[in-house]
Amino acid sequence: MPKRIENVGCPYCGVCCDDLVVTVSDDGKKILEVENACAIGNQIYHHATESERVRLPRLRQPDGTYKEISYDEAIDYAARVLYNAKKPLIYGFGSTNCEGMAAAAKVGEKAGAILDNCASICHGSSLLAIFDNGYPSCTLGEVKNRADVILYWGANPAHAHPRHMSRYSIFPRGFFTGKGHKSRKIIVIDPRYTDTARVADIYLQVKQGYDYDLFNAFRTVARGHEIPEEVAGIKREKILEVVEIMKNARFGTIFYGMGLCHTDGRNHNIDIAISLTRDLNDFTKWTIMAMRGHYNITGPNQVWSWQYGFPYCLDLSKRDIAHMNPGETSSIDLAMRGEIDAFFNVATDAGAHFPIEAVKELRKHPWITIDPNICMASEISDLHIPVGIVGVEVPGIVYRMDNVPVQYRKVIDPPEGVISDEELFERIYQRLCELEAEDAAKERVKTTAEGIPAED
Amino acid sequence: MKTVTLTMTNPPELYLEGQNITPDAFAGKTAAEIAAIDVWEGKLKSPLGKYFTVEGNGGATAAETRIILRGDCSRLKRVGQQMTAGEIVIEGDADMYIGGWMKGGKIHVKGNVDSFCGLAMEGGELIIDGKAGHHLGSSPRGEWRGMQGGLIRVAGSAGNDTATFMNGGTIIIGGDADIHVSTHAEGGTVIIKGNAKGRVGGQMVKGDIYVFGQIENPLPGFKQVGEVEQEVDGVKARFIHYIGDLGERHPVSKGKPVYGNIYTRI
Repeated sequence: MPKRIENVGCPYCGVCCDDLVVTVSDDGKKILEVENACAIGNQIYHHATESERVRLPRLRQPDGTYKEISYDEAIDYAARVLYNAKKPLIYGFGSTNCEGMAAAAKVGEKAGAILDNCASICHGSSLLAIFDNGYPSCTLGEVKNRADVILYWGANPAHAHPRHMSRYSIFPRGFFTGKGHKSRKIIVIDPRYTDTARVADIYLQVKQGYDYDLFNAFRTVARGHEIPEEVAGIKREKILEVVEIMKNARFGTIFYGMGLCHTDGRNHNIDIAISLTRDLNDFTKWTIMAMRGHYNITGPNQVWSWQYGFPYCLDLSKRDIAHMNPGETSSIDLAMRGEIDAFFNVATDAGAHFPIEAVKELRKHPWITIDPNICMASEISDLHIPVGIVGVEVPGIVYRMDNVPVQYRKVIDPPEGVISDEELFERIYQRLCELEAEDAAKERVKTTAEGIPAED
Repeated sequence: MKTVTLTMTNPPELYLEGQNITPDAFAGKTAAEIAAIDVWEGKLKSPLGKYFTVEGNGGATAAETRIILRGDCSRLKRVGQQMTAGEIVIEGDADMYIGGWMKGGKIHVKGNVDSFCGLAMEGGELIIDGKAGHHLGSSPRGEWRGMQGGLIRVAGSAGNDTATFMNGGTIIIGGDADIHVSTHAEGGTVIIKGNAKGRVGGQMVKGDIYVFGQIENPLPGFKQVGEVEQEVDGVKARFIHYIGDLGERHPVSKGKPVYGNIYTRI
């Protein structure tokens, strides 16, 4: 009899839908059906058992092909790369569990590495703004039950977070929002007329790159001052109308995405959005929330903040001092400036997401990919180590976009012999300790790098 | 004043972090002792002498010590960090954090510098003959008390995020400035001899900005209030006076709100 597993958490986007129903075949080896998930979440489950999986680590050979090696050999290779590098970079963690991130941080600390996660090319700028200006936020449950004005700015959940609007923001009937969609006002601000904009009551087509100016106009109007006839391509009357709606809301939420985080000014766009949220709290209740991308990209921010005090771009090369300054210690800047000499791509695809110049620069040094799937990064690596898929084959804690932790479960076993991220990093850590002990025994004679290890 | 000359003879493969290259650290040390001071290349701590040849001894105090850096220092970070007195001359380009958290003394860079120079500066003088990168005289991440005092003078252009959270001191940019000047500022003066691209004075509470050229995209939160004649960095000229950022909170002094000021030359 096929087994039906209910209340499964979805390992796709930051909405972390936890109402999936997965049907698994009798022998527990095949996923037959996934209910309630969006098209993308659905595909992640079916992909796990329907596609050809990599079952052993693969090492690049001199002729350019991959050769399968054992996990022990791969772990030794990875540990040696970390040990011999002067400034290795461990990047990724968008799609793994918090247990794996904590284990990776242990490795990073031991190896004197830079630890970075996908926030670096995603919502990292939000974190900088939060450092500078605070975060008047709430949970998605509060939005569902209370919000009567929703503002999407530079975000397109219709495509990127397919169930966000139906579960939390626009359509659901909550405790104080019994009329669902009918009782809510939806405002969308985006340079593109997106599918999200189609469901909006008010759509403002802001001139691309002028979000900061428009926020400035909103704030100026909210404080009762005059503004020019047109700001960022939006007429004054329209701005006055939107500010009036915002001031008269019972509970409002600004959801923002890459349109703010990754246009000119970056953290300043979020910063002024936070300032606007604070201003609006003089009139009524307003909150703001980042539309985090992957299902557990909030995880490394939480885990590493707890471990080291910083959410991303951590420079642990001085071992006893954690330093963080995006622009210097962020992955793309490090790569473009030629500041690192080994690269670990973990649970993401830097090959697809990084600018080609950064990839070229990184490719001059050892590149190791740790990911369940074949992706662009795995195909250009020196070593590809497969691991189990979190949320499908590996359980664990993940953080939703509103920083709420959710316990994920597994529905099937990983392919035989394939280990989890956590186990892999624990074993790399053990191997690093062994290498260190071996070197200490050899009176600290090192073959590659000169100088004295940092902890002396 | 005694002079210590460091010549980069063995450049690093990655980047070198030289937070110990300050008159404070060199004072009272001989050339041999200076060569043993720690510098960092990634996780490797090495003596300064591995990368530089050192000539001359340090003075008795920081104020009596001058450091001259020769050779290719474009991959050298953090020179003069937290220095309190004395003088540093970098004969070519330098990398990030030059004069960061500087409290006194003088740094003269004869080439260009990268980002985060003069970060959270409290006093002293930072002179750059070339261009400066981003976050010039800015505040460190998450710090709402930025530059407190001192003078930064850049002959060329500057990148974005100049003088974020500025509280005091003066920044003079000979060329153009990219977006975000004096964002969140609560004091201090920024003088831009060229043009500014935009977002000048965003979320600004107090402080002054002088732009000799044009502001390409002025913010809607600034209001023109009149014209003034002033002498700015030795130049007497007429300026249009704007106040703002009207979207931001403003303190009240003697019953009147205090605004940030932008002056653009007529």
